[in-house]
Amino acid sequence: MRSTSEVDAPGAVRRWHVLDNGAQLTRRGLTPIGTLLCVHGNPTWSYLWRTLLSAGTDPARPWRVVAVDQLDMGYSERTGTFRRLADRVNDLGDLTDALGLEGPVVTVGHDWGGVISSGWALNHPQLLAGVVLTNTAVHHPSDSPLPPALRLALHPAVHRWGTTTSDAFLRVTHSLANPPLPADVRRAFMAPYRGAGRRDGVGNFVADIPANASHPSFPALTHVADGLRGLKVPALMLWGPKDPIFSDRYLKDLISRLPHADVHRFEGAGHLVAEDKDIAGPVFDWLAVHGTDISGSAVSGDDSRLVGANGAPLLPNKPAEEEKTAFRPLWDSLGQLAAGSAKEEIAVAEMAPDGTVSRSLSWRQLDQGVLDLVEGLREAGVGHGSRVSLMVPPGTDLTVALYACLKLGAIVVVADAGLGTKGMSRAVKGATADFLIGIDKALAAASVLGWPGRRISVQDLPTARRRILGVETSLHALAESGSRSGVAQGNAGRREDHPLVMVDPDAPSAVLFTSGSTGPAKGVVYTHRQLAAMRDTVAATFGIHSGARLVAGFAPFALLGPALGAVSVTPAMDVTAPRTLTARALAEAVAAIDATVVFASPAALRNVVATRDDLSGSLMRALANVELLLSAGAPVPEPLLAEVQQLMPQASLHTPYGMTEALPVTDISFEEIRAAGADVATGAVLGAGNGVCVGTPVHGARLAIVALAADGTAPGENCVTEAGVTGEIVVSAPHVKKTYDRLWLTEQESAGLTGWHRTGDVGHFDAAGRLWVEGRLAHVVTAPGAVVTPVGAEQSIERLDAVRLAAIAGVGPTGTQAVVAVVETEPPVPKAGPATPQLAGRVRRAASEAGVHVSAVLVVPAQPTDVRHNAKIDRTRLARWASRVLAGGRPGKP
Amino acid sequence: MRVLVTGASGLLGGDVARQLVRQGHSVGTFQRRPSGVDGVEDFRGSINDDAALRRALAGAEGVIHLAAKVSITGRAEEFDAVNVEGTRRLLHLAREAEVRDVVFVSSPSVAHSGAAIMGLGAEQADPQHARGDYARTKAEAELLALAADRPDFRVAAVRPHIVWGPGDTQLVERVLARASHSRLPLLDSGAALIDTTYVDNAASAIVAALHRMEHVHGRAVVVSNGEPRPIGELLAGICAAGGVAPPSWSVPGGLARAVGAAVERVWTWAGRKEEPPMTRFLAEQLSTAHWFDQRVTRELLNWTPAVSIDEGLARLAEHYGPRASETGETDRLR
Repeated sequence: MRSTSEVDAPGAVRRWHVLDNGAQLTRRGLTPIGTLLCVHGNPTWSYLWRTLLSAGTDPARPWRVVAVDQLDMGYSERTGTFRRLADRVNDLGDLTDALGLEGPVVTVGHDWGGVISSGWALNHPQLLAGVVLTNTAVHHPSDSPLPPALRLALHPAVHRWGTTTSDAFLRVTHSLANPPLPADVRRAFMAPYRGAGRRDGVGNFVADIPANASHPSFPALTHVADGLRGLKVPALMLWGPKDPIFSDRYLKDLISRLPHADVHRFEGAGHLVAEDKDIAGPVFDWLAVHGTDISGSAVSGDDSRLVGANGAPLLPNKPAEEEKTAFRPLWDSLGQLAAGSAKEEIAVAEMAPDGTVSRSLSWRQLDQGVLDLVEGLREAGVGHGSRVSLMVPPGTDLTVALYACLKLGAIVVVADAGLGTKGMSRAVKGATADFLIGIDKALAAASVLGWPGRRISVQDLPTARRRILGVETSLHALAESGSRSGVAQGNAGRREDHPLVMVDPDAPSAVLFTSGSTGPAKGVVYTHRQLAAMRDTVAATFGIHSGARLVAGFAPFALLGPALGAVSVTPAMDVTAPRTLTARALAEAVAAIDATVVFASPAALRNVVATRDDLSGSLMRALANVELLLSAGAPVPEPLLAEVQQLMPQASLHTPYGMTEALPVTDISFEEIRAAGADVATGAVLGAGNGVCVGTPVHGARLAIVALAADGTAPGENCVTEAGVTGEIVVSAPHVKKTYDRLWLTEQESAGLTGWHRTGDVGHFDAAGRLWVEGRLAHVVTAPGAVVTPVGAEQSIERLDAVRLAAIAGVGPTGTQAVVAVVETEPPVPKAGPATPQLAGRVRRAASEAGVHVSAVLVVPAQPTDVRHNAKIDRTRLARWASRVLAGGRPGKP
Repeated sequence: MRVLVTGASGLLGGDVARQLVRQGHSVGTFQRRPSGVDGVEDFRGSINDDAALRRALAGAEGVIHLAAKVSITGRAEEFDAVNVEGTRRLLHLAREAEVRDVVFVSSPSVAHSGAAIMGLGAEQADPQHARGDYARTKAEAELLALAADRPDFRVAAVRPHIVWGPGDTQLVERVLARASHSRLPLLDSGAALIDTTYVDNAASAIVAALHRMEHVHGRAVVVSNGEPRPIGELLAGICAAGGVAPPSWSVPGGLARAVGAAVERVWTWAGRKEEPPMTRFLAEQLSTAHWFDQRVTRELLNWTPAVSIDEGLARLAEHYGPRASETGETDRLR
């Protein structure tokens, strides 16, 4: 190929090594939809893209895949020149000219190949149809240092030796794979770089990283970085967050340049994301989803599930119609109540451990506090689309901060401490907040664990402490400053009609994290409209309206209080540990505002019942006036409800069912639970039984079932509501989430049925229209000739006196799994292992009454449960452990 | 149909012959001792005696070949002579006698290299990696048998996994004898998941194979109850049925395998006839999972096991019940 790069003499010819499946496609008579132009980084080579090459040859969706070895790299020519970024972008253009590459072309880049392929993309708009980027960066802010690993590689004392003389840079890069690379793959990556003479390109690549604006390649990099903002073609970013160099901050930067990009972060994957995870499947799925945008014509292949569009499948049960009512923002009630007759009455309050109200705000104070903070936050730089991580326990501060952020159009990020430090750290890093508002403990964790975001404390902190924690300002200071500006501007300009305060109802408003009891916690994105719909659903389903008075002992609903126009009080408890709510603390909170409604998690209720003897007569009477109790998050056992009913004899007890992606989905009262139980006993209602009855859909929600297949998945598109059909539960409602945050693949799966959210739960309806939940789709066991859902057998086993908690798991290959029952006994066994033959026999008989044939029964001292509810058993972990034990390994601990 | 059953003096062979008789077939049996099965024509002889075999094969349309040297110890040449050469001769003579169908009764151990088996189907027999002379020679014989399969001479291999039942000396009597002398430890607390086959089920599966040759010929299938159980529970069940105390002590599987290997070598070197207290093979059998995917087997044979493990244990208890009360357990087990 003739080179036109500046570094070469005119007319110089360069020899390239290119992997290209074009000839193979022609031989097989396949016409490619387009071309993937794959560009590796440093120090890898085209081998990195081998999975794309083989997937591109799939006759159902043929793509030509051209994976190049850059000059001085891989098996391409060693030119003896120092090729800089501009040369390399030009080189790639020379090559594609020589190959006569035709459109549509989708570039695929990794590491510095991401920059070079993007440079090529900007130079070839007529060919370009899309860009795929994996762990790369196009911009480094001049005010922050390079990642330490790169600084080390660039250090004069290290650079030449580390990158060229020795193969240390190669080895270190290969060691970033997670799990470790197999020996043959490692050898293949090393093969073209054996001998210092073949490694000049590796060293030059590192030396070409512009650490500052005076670097010769800085203008070329800036050109690419700025140019990306103008790219309108579909973009996909596949990211391994465990990358010491291209961390989430670079992903965030790229998202800001290509805001329309589809993004998937593979939790657990690192720099070599193409080695750590299958990227070929996602890339080709993505190409199919963007079919005509990319190929310019209809893409062959029939991936209508992913496209979900033309000729929509016939659904007997249509998803819920979008609510056409006018959008009323979440904070709508605040201004009204602050201007109304109740303005001096308590709106939000917090209880002290001694039973007194420690803090409270009237409706007027709450509204004013929010307005002041809006102003203060705006001055601090928080605006539309800013991500603000809120690490403040429920109470007045959180309420003010939350509503202020929402009014500003910022996106609040809420990861609760129930995830544990590690899970929370993973979540907040992935969400890349711009600001972090936190209590002292959260700020300390943020500075130790390097959580992103400019830090704002709740209270004013002493200077020294502020410096240690890297805190810029406080909510208190921001509110004061906002108040001053507000007075200066006059209040007129600060009402809802303020142009900066107007939010787009369909813009993201919140990222809430799932509990993480089924894999790493996922960020769930809600729009303003969806949050408002959640409020309206709760109001309509439970009859909670303006003037209601509620005790907020369960975080997700606690924040809705002011939105509902309800007076809310936070009881004295450690909200990160629901189990710390005592009967006394609850009753004191109820008494403080004459509460009529109580929100509390099942774990909290358990402790309330356990500590009921501490209640005085007056506190007992306060509880006796409660009219409505809501408990969500995990199933509440009937005996516990019966005990709660004794404490609150007037209250209607409700246990709604839902998930972070849709809160709530169904509702059922204690009376209805008992009626459902009676129906199981009589067998009079078709489909009653085999699961936990969660009642009927909440206001505005529609539910359906996608039947299970023999392999334990729910592959169909046929949504049914017939009694007795077991399958994945799908929900449609105005308050279902918008999308998952930076989890494009997960979103594709959950939203694969147009208009429905796949919950990942399995269950069935009964003839009375009630939903029965049978467990998680991921926990379905595929025994020979039977697909087993766990809950029915578990309930049957738990009726044995000796058993406290039972979990069903499967071991062995799909379709022929052996069913295992893992039980926690009462009293607990000291050591995990096989159950005694006597217990095994009883458990087996109990399970067979539920129609499940159990192979092995194992006992554990304690089931591994989630932190948040202390109720969800980690069956995936149990299955792994059981598989090891039953293979003949030592029991150890699950 | 005229069917010849070799090895009918054994527990499984006898049961197979009885089931065939019950189905109305004309049944010949071939073994060194009398078969003890009513309604069959006994041919007696050694598997290496061509003349005797020819006589037994005359007029047979189907052959079920169970005769084999089955034991944990013994000289390699004896295993080769009976299991490999015996099968080779039988196949040769059966073709000569214009037999149409042969069911070769094999063992899952032909494809077992010692690693845990969890839900696998019938893998290829592998004499190179099979554990011990029995498994090695059965693997070679199975390969020979399946290689002989053709349209006019159909051969299938059926591998019943751990057959037990009343009168079984291979598993049940050994377990009871060892347990009664406290010589039966649990390995790694006995959690390894093991599939077994109640004898009636193994026999009905073998007979089913003969009737389903058009579907199963040229293939090997593993047969089991499809009810894997933890080994400790299974042994306890057998002990309870036999009226002896179940094993109560546990040793690490790795240690047992090492000790078993050493004992095996010493035993062979010392030329002792009785069974060693622990062998590597036994240690592996007792400490690693082996259970199988039965879906293909059941479809090909159009067969399901009629007797569950629990029902089988009940029948075992019934079998030992009167004997235990007559003679006393210790005497019986010596």
